[in-house]
Amino acid sequence: MADHQTEAKGNAGRLAENIVYFARALRAAGIPVGPGAVLDALAAVRAAGVGTREDFYWTLHAVFVKRHEHSALFDQAFRIFFRRRAYIERLMAMMMPQAPVPAAAPAKIVSQRVQEALFSGLSEKARREQPEIEVDARLTMSDREVLQTKDFAQMSAAEILAAKSAIARLVLPLDEVRTRRLAPMNRGHVIDMRRTLRSSLKAGGKLIDLKYLGRRTRMPPLVALLDISGSMSEYSRLFLHFLHAVTDARKRVASFLFGTRLTNVTRALKARDPDDALAACSAAVADWSGGTRIASSLHAFNKRWARRVLAQGAIVLLITDGLERDPDKSLAFEMDRLHRSCRRLVWLNPLLRFDAFEPRAKGVRTMLPYVDEFRPIHNLESMAELCRALSAAGGRAGSLRRWLDAA
Amino acid sequence: MNATPAGALPASIDKTLDLLADADYLADRSLATVLFLALRMGRPLFLEGEAGVGKTEIAKVLAATLGRRLIRLQCYEGLDVASAVYEWNYAAQMIAIRLAEAEGTGDRERVSEDVFSDRFLIKRPLLQALEPDTSGAPVLLIDEIDRADEAFEAFLLEVLADFQVTVPELGTVKAENPPIVVITSNRTREVHDALKRRCLYHWVGYPSAERELSIVHAKVPGIADRLSREVVHFVQALRKEDLFKAPGVAETLDWASALSELDVVALDPATVSDTLGVLLKYQDDIARLEGTKAKEMLDQVRAELRAAE
Repeated sequence: MADHQTEAKGNAGRLAENIVYFARALRAAGIPVGPGAVLDALAAVRAAGVGTREDFYWTLHAVFVKRHEHSALFDQAFRIFFRRRAYIERLMAMMMPQAPVPAAAPAKIVSQRVQEALFSGLSEKARREQPEIEVDARLTMSDREVLQTKDFAQMSAAEILAAKSAIARLVLPLDEVRTRRLAPMNRGHVIDMRRTLRSSLKAGGKLIDLKYLGRRTRMPPLVALLDISGSMSEYSRLFLHFLHAVTDARKRVASFLFGTRLTNVTRALKARDPDDALAACSAAVADWSGGTRIASSLHAFNKRWARRVLAQGAIVLLITDGLERDPDKSLAFEMDRLHRSCRRLVWLNPLLRFDAFEPRAKGVRTMLPYVDEFRPIHNLESMAELCRALSAAGGRAGSLRRWLDAA
Repeated sequence: MNATPAGALPASIDKTLDLLADADYLADRSLATVLFLALRMGRPLFLEGEAGVGKTEIAKVLAATLGRRLIRLQCYEGLDVASAVYEWNYAAQMIAIRLAEAEGTGDRERVSEDVFSDRFLIKRPLLQALEPDTSGAPVLLIDEIDRADEAFEAFLLEVLADFQVTVPELGTVKAENPPIVVITSNRTREVHDALKRRCLYHWVGYPSAERELSIVHAKVPGIADRLSREVVHFVQALRKEDLFKAPGVAETLDWASALSELDVVALDPATVSDTLGVLLKYQDDIARLEGTKAKEMLDQVRAELRAAE
């Protein structure tokens, strides 16, 4: 006690310990924090010579947050973690199972992810109580949305197997666009001075053998907007498998699910194992098999995501039956905007499986003028067909005329 | 308080704030903290945010206040090593080879060694930034990295992690004093995590009304007091609307100086709709404010200002 130096040293040790625990909590809450970042955080705290709480906050923020979306998670985690001294002790007690856990309920409802991450060490009973509160809160949000998280494990084994193997056998789209990046090419259009000079030096500088550069080609980004409303529920699971296969094979695929709201599942679909990927998707979505609000979902996409994922000549796959509850002017407006911001807009509609399908529904008629292609997608054959169409630029765009005339 | 001596890095977060304020850049404390840490820890600073919130300006202000050289690399699709790092001076090399031939000293090894020497190297921004400078390590601004393609990003990893580049013919060039690196992105695509991991990240948001007002006063000196307050509060109200592209600070400043040039002393609905093109850059957004909407917003802004007085 009297020895101030030892005490100061002890405090520094505790700070380091706290930062390590805090990093662990952040990681569990879904912010990818590596061990390197923890060391950085310690260095940063030391460099900043933390005085106020605000400075401490922004110092840790600078090191741990690498994406704007993570700011909110960080904020909540920080507030819980460093709220009171007692809290830190409580938290450390939780991390060490043998210590008794002081009982105190969090006063404020925070994001479930953060809450779960911080309290994953709590006793079984307390943990069971937590989700119940959460479920109640959700049910009050909207009675129109069916806010249940569908379990992909319910998918029959035979179904999964059949879909998996068939989708794996698909030849995935190899659409290519020319970029402005140059690469060595025999029949290029720009002289590659570097290689030319090297090869002429090899020959002693007497002969000049011209080498060329040509434009490199690359697969354009693919953006999928998948309708997961009730009317599509028979298909959406299989389409998710399809999207997973495409995500695996191509570098830049962004996937979004929409029913009554828009969810970005790109990251979830990046898991190698399709089951893991679909489980992650299912966990991320709250409006599985509910109603459809195409216009508002498209609006959300146009406003929040279009400029982030549609750069560099993206193709958009819009997978929906087009059965909008009350189509109005905004649907046409959002479709028009979407069409103008991408290179190619392909509408995949499972309803086209009926031979006698006519674009009678008002939503379908409103959306049709704005798409470049309109194709069926209801079985594996049509999926294969889609892949072929994506490979050849243009595809069979002529088929659109038929639908437009009928509309 | 002692001012930070010219050229030296600020010693605390408060000094960093002062330093920026000296150059009329009014940052909030979070930005000053991350900037201070970047300078202190020698890490690149990755700034993301909407267009026109002053990301690029930070690098310029840093270079000016610290008295360092500013080296700017504007990214674009297809940006390659030849225009970002180095290029050989092929014409001069050709002449050198011909001369060696004419002199008859055509020893192949020697010629190729001579030709690939420092003399024939054209240094582009990234290589320039690694060179020693008399006024201290330069400020390297890598602007709008989201416009470059992924291949270039991967290349930057070596530069940003170790502050070195490898020229196959010459070997590795390593900076003695690492440059101060500022990377900006408008987020038209996601920049890879591997690159962000090496940087300190900060999202530059829109300023609060109070800070924006100080910015307007600092940047548009002659502006009438009432006009500046109305302008700032109108823009702040606009950002709350459901617009496709909300106006940034740059637009506020443009608008304020435009109105100031027009000798306007207070906003009125007609002036607002006549000059709306300075603030909003999408026809849909402008159309939203046509008719009585602009007047309604203006009335509300006035009412709020009156209540605040």
